[in-house]
Amino acid sequence: MLRRLGLRTVALGYLVVILLAPLAMVFYRTFESGLEPVWKVLSDPGTVHAFKVTLIATAIAVPLNTVFGILCGLAIVRRRFRGKGLLNAFIDLPLAVSPVVIGLSLYLLYGRTGWFGTWLSEHGFQVLFAMPAIVLATIFVSVPFVAREVIPTLRELGNEQEQAAATLGASRWQRFWRITLPSIRWAVIYGVVLTTARCLGEYGAVAVVSGRIVDKTETATTLVEDLTLNFNTAGAYAVSLVLATIAVLVLVAMTLIRPREGRA
Amino acid sequence: MSIEIRNVSKRFGTFQALDDVSLEIPQGSLTAVLGPSGSGKSTLLRIVAGLERPDSGGILLSGQDATRLAPQRRDVGFVFQHYAAFKHMTVRDNVGFALSIRKRPKQEIRERVDELLELVQLQGFGDRYPSRLSGGQRQRMALARALAAKPEVLLLDEPFGALDARVRAELRDWLRRLHEEVHVTTVFVTHDQEEAMEVSDRVAVLNHGQLEQVGSPADLYDRPASEFVLRFLGDAFRLGDGFVRPHEIVLDRIPGDGAVEVEVERIVVVGADVRIELADGSGERMTARLRREDVDQLELVTGEIVWARADQLRPLLPAAPSAGDAEAAQPLG
Repeated sequence: MLRRLGLRTVALGYLVVILLAPLAMVFYRTFESGLEPVWKVLSDPGTVHAFKVTLIATAIAVPLNTVFGILCGLAIVRRRFRGKGLLNAFIDLPLAVSPVVIGLSLYLLYGRTGWFGTWLSEHGFQVLFAMPAIVLATIFVSVPFVAREVIPTLRELGNEQEQAAATLGASRWQRFWRITLPSIRWAVIYGVVLTTARCLGEYGAVAVVSGRIVDKTETATTLVEDLTLNFNTAGAYAVSLVLATIAVLVLVAMTLIRPREGRA
Repeated sequence: MSIEIRNVSKRFGTFQALDDVSLEIPQGSLTAVLGPSGSGKSTLLRIVAGLERPDSGGILLSGQDATRLAPQRRDVGFVFQHYAAFKHMTVRDNVGFALSIRKRPKQEIRERVDELLELVQLQGFGDRYPSRLSGGQRQRMALARALAAKPEVLLLDEPFGALDARVRAELRDWLRRLHEEVHVTTVFVTHDQEEAMEVSDRVAVLNHGQLEQVGSPADLYDRPASEFVLRFLGDAFRLGDGFVRPHEIVLDRIPGDGAVEVEVERIVVVGADVRIELADGSGERMTARLRREDVDQLELVTGEIVWARADQLRPLLPAAPSAGDAEAAQPLG
């Protein structure tokens, strides 16, 4: 009992110092001088627009990476093909490489003299310093999460249940929807939550490629930095708080649906 | 539905799982495929189900070529050793799966599931999840699930292998009775010769990917076609020019026709029988199983030398394969 209590104290203490204290600090500082300045910043069209940009990028990146992550997981666990090890390693690339480097590589690729950039600008497409670059950067940094959650679950699941379903008359499509997907649903949901959190919080790569044009390519995270640089600390705190609140809400939603898992 | 396996070979990398196996399984029979682990018996069953594809040779179901048919189109029920229960579904949904895939009306599914749950004695467990069933219950659920769509063929891959001895014996009886009731063509794979002999009416023995012999359990025991079959189906010892089973050894104090000099090493009373451990001059050991009164009459003592012969000596490689097997061994076409 004592030992368990001790372990719990250490675990909780660590979380409080590392995670909760900074969050509490943001919360405290935001409302230090009342609601007025908070509201002023949050209702500013520039702020609203920045959140809109972030949410659009997230709304595109999350479904794409979810589908990609599931397909990738199925390919890596179930299939044998050349370059499988390479694919497996590449999935982790966004975790291994600093987002700033990812931003720079996109910059070089889609910039005016880049491989794709030249062709694209000749045909009138603006990628860099526009919405497409922000979306690309967001997708890039959030690639690994669904795949990384799904792969071990698929390994553990094996394919016997699917074979059983096949002998019971289920087509490939029916097996996927009725056996595979329900079996890995928690891994997928968890992956989606992590992906969403990563997309909302992305800063480095987006900072390089977005150009941070106010009311155009400013995102919520780059806005926080701009507000800080402009000595609008209260504003920076307010925006941060909204970002943190979204993240906490997503996690709470997760915890609320999670207990059902024990049943299956 | 009858099953015809024609010259099937299958290789996994450098491992030859099946080597030119031909076997005919008549409609309505209960056939055991018996062999040690690695003999290719599960692979053969999976090929029949369509879960593996043979490298060469083919499968005919009811006389129709089914070699390249997807498993979902073969109308077979398959039972896995480790149950393959759908963990995210209740027992009821597991059992009704094949019917709901076939988009049958809900009422019909409910009735059929109730009927099956009763058949496998799982009434009242319908709303549980498989994680809350015991191993034996899970396997019964898997059996009910495999039977739901009334398949023409029931295939069982070591169905009782993961269960403890008592439950295993119970399920064996139950399978036997089920087959008498439902008469579905049934093939089950096992490495347990007792199980094969007890449950099935035909046994096919596989070894190193090759078919050794097919026949009734009694046939195989009395007229094994190879030393492997002889030894795999029960204890057998080399005696002179042939083999004997323990209960066929006769001990005597005087040399007789074909008798061999042996030393009595140990005498163990096992109920009504006596097990006598013997060693011949070359050190080869064998075990005789005699009736108590015969041993008493002989007044056997440990360490003494007696003469052993077989009351029915088996030649080394007796019995040509029976007519049915010769037919099955015909090459394709």
